[in-house]
Amino acid sequence: MSASTQRPAPLAPLSIRTQGETGYMASAFTPKAFSVALALFTCVLLAGEAWAQLRSGGERPGILATLWKWTPLVLLGPPREFGGFALNVAVSFLAMAIGTLGGVILGLAQISIFAPVRKTAWGLTQFFRNAPWLVLLFFVMLLTPYSVRIAGVTIPLPAWLKATVGLSLPIMANIAEIVRGAVNSIPTAQWESAESLAFTRQQTLWRIILPQCVKRMIPPWMNWYAILTMATPLVSIVGVNDAMTLTQDALAAEQLTELLMPMYGLLLLFFFVYCYPIARWTIYLERKYAVRI
Amino acid sequence: MDVVWDFLRSVHDVYGINLVHFYDGFERGRLLRGMWTTLKLAVICILLSVVIGIIGAWLQGSRFRILKAIVQGYIQFFRNTPPLVQMYFFYFALGPQMPRLINEHGIAQPIFGSFEWAVLSLSFFAGAFNVEIFRSGIEAVQKSTVEAADSLGFNRWQTYRWVVLPLAVRVCLPALNNNLVNLAKTTTQAYAIAVPETLFVASQIWSDRINVFEMMVTLLTFYLLLVSIFVWLMTRLERALYVPGFGK
Repeated sequence: MSASTQRPAPLAPLSIRTQGETGYMASAFTPKAFSVALALFTCVLLAGEAWAQLRSGGERPGILATLWKWTPLVLLGPPREFGGFALNVAVSFLAMAIGTLGGVILGLAQISIFAPVRKTAWGLTQFFRNAPWLVLLFFVMLLTPYSVRIAGVTIPLPAWLKATVGLSLPIMANIAEIVRGAVNSIPTAQWESAESLAFTRQQTLWRIILPQCVKRMIPPWMNWYAILTMATPLVSIVGVNDAMTLTQDALAAEQLTELLMPMYGLLLLFFFVYCYPIARWTIYLERKYAVRI
Repeated sequence: MDVVWDFLRSVHDVYGINLVHFYDGFERGRLLRGMWTTLKLAVICILLSVVIGIIGAWLQGSRFRILKAIVQGYIQFFRNTPPLVQMYFFYFALGPQMPRLINEHGIAQPIFGSFEWAVLSLSFFAGAFNVEIFRSGIEAVQKSTVEAADSLGFNRWQTYRWVVLPLAVRVCLPALNNNLVNLAKTTTQAYAIAVPETLFVASQIWSDRINVFEMMVTLLTFYLLLVSIFVWLMTRLERALYVPGFGK
């Protein structure tokens, strides 16, 4: 009986090793940096506010009041409608779910023992990985119908749903690569020992290989989630009421040049506040689950 | 070439496959100009972002904490906000604040047009990733190598220029390729600020000539070709820069 049937060594000792963080990147990656960024943004806002008040002589409502007025719209969308930053988040969740499901299937198809399946999956993955996101988004938006009729029932396809599918395509291809990479990173001995214990290929994959892959796939998966979230403003180009569209609507309504920088700055801040903790957490998990040879 | 255009025209007449953007001289002209703009945009952004990456990585190794903090702030800001919003911020919010120049017709015009803003915002976006990539490459260079250069009388810049960077570039080339391919694909976002690049021109053609599907297929083929050629070139570069004794 070879040692390869044993479970791989637990990854615990790494946490001891990374306790004393070294290197300048680790030292700058702190909540302190995060709060400094927030404080800087507030200072810039207040300075702009003071300047605008001085210029207008206190007649018009200030920048801060105007920003505050539009914040609910940009965050949650128009009343009784779904939109704004909440829509960006919803689109990112849904696209990630679709992309992960499709990606796992495509990734497993890439390691199929049946050559035509393997080659088709490889071709699809390469295609969706290398096409620009915006072009794929246009592709889905313009070439799918506004509604589908299934068994006499007309189901409308709203623009945001189509955009979500459009964004999930590149995610699918990249998740497929993560799955393939993770499966390939499992030592061959695991496959061989499972075979010697009379596991079928399917059993080996589901009960032995994939459970070991999950941990390794989490950090890159989260990284792709952050990338996807930062790609969601693209849906504003194809006419969905997301935070970007609503910011521009608010700016068009106000017609104030002083408002341009604070409004776009606020939008950048929303995304930063949402994505930065994810990035930090990803790095933490990456260190925790790092494969050591 | 006329034979080809006539053939494509007959394909349209007989099968209804509308490849007007090839056989019509006007549409072909603007599509080619769009592709040329995409190429220019991609090449300039790639070069500029690599320069930003090299300078940023060098500054990160500096002794001044404030300098390091600024570079780190730049990286975190550009990595964790959407490139499209960055582009809008640059073009719509910073653009009007810039000084204006008087052109030859006596009309004030902004010093940066949409193309220049697209170049700037995309370069800064990709540059933030490049700094991290180069830094990881620099950290991979052995300390003894740097010490050897030091003992031979190289100063800090010379060590960086002649010893650390050549080795670091080779280590981080795969990650750099990935990011630069991504940058080439992200140039499509310049569509949003009306830079006449391929996607923008294509959308004009499919609105004018109602050939969405054919134009889309052409567009995707163009980008896949662009990315393939770029990846091929970078693989050749990787092979040409190969140092015996590093990697497998």
